[in-house]
Amino acid sequence: MSVDTAAPADSVLPEGRPMDLLRFATAGSVDDGKSTLIGRLLYDTKSLFTDQLAAVEAVSAARGDEYTNLALLTDGLRAEREQGITIDVAYRYFATPRRKFIIADTPGHIQYTRNMVTGASTADLALILVDARKGLVEQSRRHAFLCSLLRVPHLVLCVNKMDLVDWSQEVFERIADEFTAFATKLDAPDLSVVPISALRGDNIVSRSENMPWYEGPSLLHHLERVHIASDRNLVDVRFPVQYVIRPQSTTVTDYRGYAGQVASGVLKPGDEVMALPSGFTSRIAAVETADGPVDEAFPPMSVTVRLADEIDISRGDMICRPNNAPAVTQDVEAMVCWMDESRPLQVGGKYAIKHTTRSARAIVRGLHYRLDINTLHRDESATELKLNEIGRVRLRTTVPLLADEYRRNRTTGGFVIIDETTNRTVAAGMIVDTA
Amino acid sequence: MTAPAAYRVSHLDALEAESIFVMREVVAEMERPVLLFSGGKDSIVMLRLAQKAFAPASIPFPVMHVDTGHNFPEVLEYRDQRVTELGLQLIVASVPEALSNGLVRESADGMRNRIQTPVLLDAVEKHRFDALFGGARRDEEKARAKERVFSFRDEFGQWDPKNQRPELWSLYNGRHHPGESIRVFPLSNWTELDVWHYIARERIPLPSIYYAHEREVIEREGMLYAVNEFIRPRAGEERFKAQVRYRTVGDASCTAAVRSDADTVEKVIEEVAATRITERGATRGDDRVSEAAMEDRKREGYF
Repeated sequence: MSVDTAAPADSVLPEGRPMDLLRFATAGSVDDGKSTLIGRLLYDTKSLFTDQLAAVEAVSAARGDEYTNLALLTDGLRAEREQGITIDVAYRYFATPRRKFIIADTPGHIQYTRNMVTGASTADLALILVDARKGLVEQSRRHAFLCSLLRVPHLVLCVNKMDLVDWSQEVFERIADEFTAFATKLDAPDLSVVPISALRGDNIVSRSENMPWYEGPSLLHHLERVHIASDRNLVDVRFPVQYVIRPQSTTVTDYRGYAGQVASGVLKPGDEVMALPSGFTSRIAAVETADGPVDEAFPPMSVTVRLADEIDISRGDMICRPNNAPAVTQDVEAMVCWMDESRPLQVGGKYAIKHTTRSARAIVRGLHYRLDINTLHRDESATELKLNEIGRVRLRTTVPLLADEYRRNRTTGGFVIIDETTNRTVAAGMIVDTA
Repeated sequence: MTAPAAYRVSHLDALEAESIFVMREVVAEMERPVLLFSGGKDSIVMLRLAQKAFAPASIPFPVMHVDTGHNFPEVLEYRDQRVTELGLQLIVASVPEALSNGLVRESADGMRNRIQTPVLLDAVEKHRFDALFGGARRDEEKARAKERVFSFRDEFGQWDPKNQRPELWSLYNGRHHPGESIRVFPLSNWTELDVWHYIARERIPLPSIYYAHEREVIEREGMLYAVNEFIRPRAGEERFKAQVRYRTVGDASCTAAVRSDADTVEKVIEEVAATRITERGATRGDDRVSEAAMEDRKREGYF
């Protein structure tokens, strides 16, 4: 079964919203049927091309695979094909008439945590797959935990291989109940559970006739309609200044505009605003794009803001509202996921940090605990964090960060740590507390 | 609470906003960026995004064309016209010049795809560029599906796919030591269809060969090649006239045309939406060398 129309133009849908973009992360291993599921989504939405499919079939056959291994679609690197493993997050694209989708497909085995955290950082939704015969396994809980740590707003548990449990409602409900109970503990936001057979296509594009007891939508129907517009924070105005536009030209004189992407909130001409860290206030004179001025700007728009007064603002500063501002602080408490294999995070270590458009140096003042992501046990005796380990740290920075808690704002609450010697990105951080 | 309809953002607007953000990050953080401009549709879209990112100021970096000497005249003409219109500085890194001064040697099959790389790297070194904007997209080819938006290159211009920097949220790490550089791909998340929708929406003019026209061609290994000074019919190959267009524009000696009646942007969108073959699969002799042809070229420093 296929969706009859391929993606149309930048169109407006019947209910008045434009065709929008949903980013989702998938987690799991080949055994769960993840590749089959993604392959089916791509195939059924006409996003898989015949030359790609032919190439994958040929390689699968040459390797003696018993089935067409759709992971080979993006396991294009020589090392991946030679070793039969997926090394890195792969991005795949498909569209239906309602939405464009970006899948961050994270491999299950190698560098699992690092890849999952990377894929989840930009995701609106995460798909977790379990095999109906096995039910929840340690890995499913780990997936769910990382999604909640990264504050992915929507979670979908796909109970796959329903054909192998005789389409049993009882099996499905047992798994769904167990997962729901676990997700409640994690403070997971919106959760859906769908019984599917990726191999046979049940409940993927259309409702399955084999499971009349399931009254929910098919997976694609859910992906197309899940409401993501209100996931954005439209309350707290946060505009990290990226770049100051000052044309050196004879035709445009005295122009000074602050370019950036709206992190949260809505900016309108006339609004009273405050610039941080200076604390100076002014009013928004205009919100501009290359196509002309706009009445308001909201996430994720890239715009240029002009102010009524000339105040000193440069890259790394933030425009907010006088009565609703982020913390201005050199001390943050954060959960960090360490991503570097060569050197572990150590207390007393000094690093570079990038937070919104601001760069600083930071010292690790303390490591409160290392978290076991399988048991959620906190090991307070830990003295370092190795590759793929997660822990809570206290950082002191050279200049103040303009920060919110990550749970309130994924843009102004997230940061990366960079090794100053190797220049490698060594950790992802999520601010827990700005006090 | 449901957000009012006014706060909705279309997928093209979201992609545009992301690309503009990426370009501004580069200009804010890097010393000497350059945009690789071939006159192909992706680099043309990139140039439009650069215009938008810095308006009303002009584009704050030069553009560079790696010229294999095997060009479609319509594309060169377009390149020069665009550069003049926008008042840009154009740097031409010339393969014929590199051949004559001995930097590279013609490869046995006459394809210049591989020998472009040393010419590109030489120009990067000479001009001390530390950031190169490229129009590559992740949907194009499997080695590109795992490419970062900010992709680190060592002092030899090499890409190490197994050792890439993790890229989280929109926090891009452009830090590098002298001699190293970053390739930046603002169109990473765009598909071929997105690019065409954007061309239509923004009414961006393209070189005429992207639209259907009649041309004298030969069929070779299932692909249609224009008969020109670089491609002559071999024994047994028959020349004939066909209605064709180019889906990609690369080196004129290895880029094939596809049969098409799509002579307007709307018709091209219809055609691309219905097609079942990838653009590189349909048109690029250079990717057919082996399963990992693209990866191998990229490791050496290809775009």
